[in-house]
Amino acid sequence: MFGSIDPLVLIASLMVASTPILLAAMGELVTEKSGVLNLGVEGMMIVGAVAGFITAVETGSPALGFIAAAVGAAILSALFAVLTLVFLSNQVATGLGLTLFGLGVSSLMGQGYNGVRPPSSPRVTIPGLSDIPVFALHPMVYISLLLVVAVWWVLRSTRPGLILRAVGESHDSAHALGYSVRGTRFAAVLFGGACAGLGGAFLSLVIVPQWTEGMTAGRGWIALAIVVFASWRAWRVLLGAYLFGGVTVLQLNLQAAGVAIPVELLSMSPYLITIVVLVIISSDRRRAAANAPASLGRSFHASS
Amino acid sequence: MIRLEKRPTPSRVWAWATPVVAVLATMVAGGIMFAALGKNPVEAIRTIFWDPILGEYAFYYRGQLLVKAGPLILIAVGLSLGFRAGIWNIGAEGQYIIGAICGAAVGLALYPLEARWLVFPLMIAAGALGGLLWAMIPGVLKTRFNTNEILVSLLLVYVAEQILAWMALGPLRNPDGSGFPGSRNLRQYEAAANNELIAGSGMHWGVVAALIAVIFAYILLSRHLMGFHIRLAGQSPRAARFAGVNPERLILFCLGISGALAGLAGLFEVAGPAGQISIDFNTGYGFTAIIVAFLGRLHPIGILLAGLLMALTYIGGEAAQATMGLPAAAIQAFQGMLLFFLLGFDVLTSFRVRLGREAHA
Repeated sequence: MFGSIDPLVLIASLMVASTPILLAAMGELVTEKSGVLNLGVEGMMIVGAVAGFITAVETGSPALGFIAAAVGAAILSALFAVLTLVFLSNQVATGLGLTLFGLGVSSLMGQGYNGVRPPSSPRVTIPGLSDIPVFALHPMVYISLLLVVAVWWVLRSTRPGLILRAVGESHDSAHALGYSVRGTRFAAVLFGGACAGLGGAFLSLVIVPQWTEGMTAGRGWIALAIVVFASWRAWRVLLGAYLFGGVTVLQLNLQAAGVAIPVELLSMSPYLITIVVLVIISSDRRRAAANAPASLGRSFHASS
Repeated sequence: MIRLEKRPTPSRVWAWATPVVAVLATMVAGGIMFAALGKNPVEAIRTIFWDPILGEYAFYYRGQLLVKAGPLILIAVGLSLGFRAGIWNIGAEGQYIIGAICGAAVGLALYPLEARWLVFPLMIAAGALGGLLWAMIPGVLKTRFNTNEILVSLLLVYVAEQILAWMALGPLRNPDGSGFPGSRNLRQYEAAANNELIAGSGMHWGVVAALIAVIFAYILLSRHLMGFHIRLAGQSPRAARFAGVNPERLILFCLGISGALAGLAGLFEVAGPAGQISIDFNTGYGFTAIIVAFLGRLHPIGILLAGLLMALTYIGGEAAQATMGLPAAAIQAFQGMLLFFLLGFDVLTSFRVRLGREAHA
């Protein structure tokens, strides 16, 4: 069945399909490393998707669209940051609220943009290389890969990365050492929001490319699951996102090929596989607990 | 400088005042949003909150109030038990769908048997069991493999939606429906219908079940050992361990109850107001119920009131859609805003806001 499909084309489509989740998951990784659990990834993604789409359509520039998506989703995440870091609200509840609010706001903003085609992005062409499918993709695909390297490097071997991890592991100790817990976490949440927004915009501007309500279809939640799967490590996030992308591409190919498996079963397979992977990775209790940032999900108040 | 000072014990006054303040703040912020959409904000707020109860056409809307509030309360009561214990079932939407499918499947399998005393109770049992089993998936995975129940329960919503589509197009499709998707209309099947008990009131068996659930949850939380364990596990997990609370049993209990109630809500909806299994059967009650649970302070009586209020925003929103052309999504954003304000103002429950510099003790 795959005889007619060039494996490089398959890998290229896998990379494209994985990019929204990779971007969102990298952002969430940084947020969680700082000790904040933001369950609003889905909401931030869809707001990024609509903000990027509207901006790109109105200005005719996909690049501006991506910038607007990052800014829009970061603004939404700032709302989460203010509530959880300043007003010390429950992070789980606030994250859920962010998702519900984001879904509502996005469909409100996106009215009148159904069925509109966004401007297509120019491709970077490098003579010789661009004939190979894997090297002729949308620039954001490569930016997302650079992001993985950057996050890995910053977290591992720079001072800001070390402070971020300290805040996430033990906010009381970090505070006692004179680091700003709130400031660090605020920045991490904004970074997570911007990344999720980019992921959403990649979906609405490149993959689909169209605006439909609820178009993220759970990708934000899968990004959250991938962070757990990756045990909070940048390289494994890449692995997880590409694994998910592979499943998506495979099931779409199977659907197109008309295999005798119900379409619904194929459509639910990415979610089911995510659950299976989560089970495998979580089952070793000691390892799972050792990898999670120790202060994840806990509110910080200087006097307590 | 504004700073927060932790209260020795959470304020009881603020615990109940924050929902009211949050609703008022949402009305103001929502008014600004409606104004930004080019609608008269005062008229919009009046159409949403006032007209459905006391306006000219209120007789039509009043019945709708209970129809919408029933499933919201039923689901939210179940969710609140888990939320109190720190067990986050956010996949109620999926349990709602599976409950509806199981219940409807039993009803459709027995068609055209006329024994209502047999068919309807069997459907109710199947609906509750379906939701319960669907919620047991994150429960068992959590207790056996330590898997995060938030992610699993949520991901299962998307799986349930696919099952719903498959059922509506395949196994449960109406054989006399000339190929259209969707099942037989259960409301036209006497033995399975969940019709209004009092005409025009909106009161159906689902609403009755919601009221029973509120009373049951109230007694459980205030009088029963299990309720004590739930509260203890939420307030101090360490103390709960010393008190001999079995965390695994608690997880399964909370997820099971919330799943069963969500399944029941789905069944009563499919046999009553919705009438049939169709692709777009679910409308997000499972998610809105999360807001209802928090707005009601995770307290059964509070949830009852919050469910009615949230139902009001639904039907008020529909009214505003019809008369003012307010987009449907505006109401969704409005409901999300309400949760935000609630969570934000909640800081006043456990902290005092102090002006000025920190006093040295």
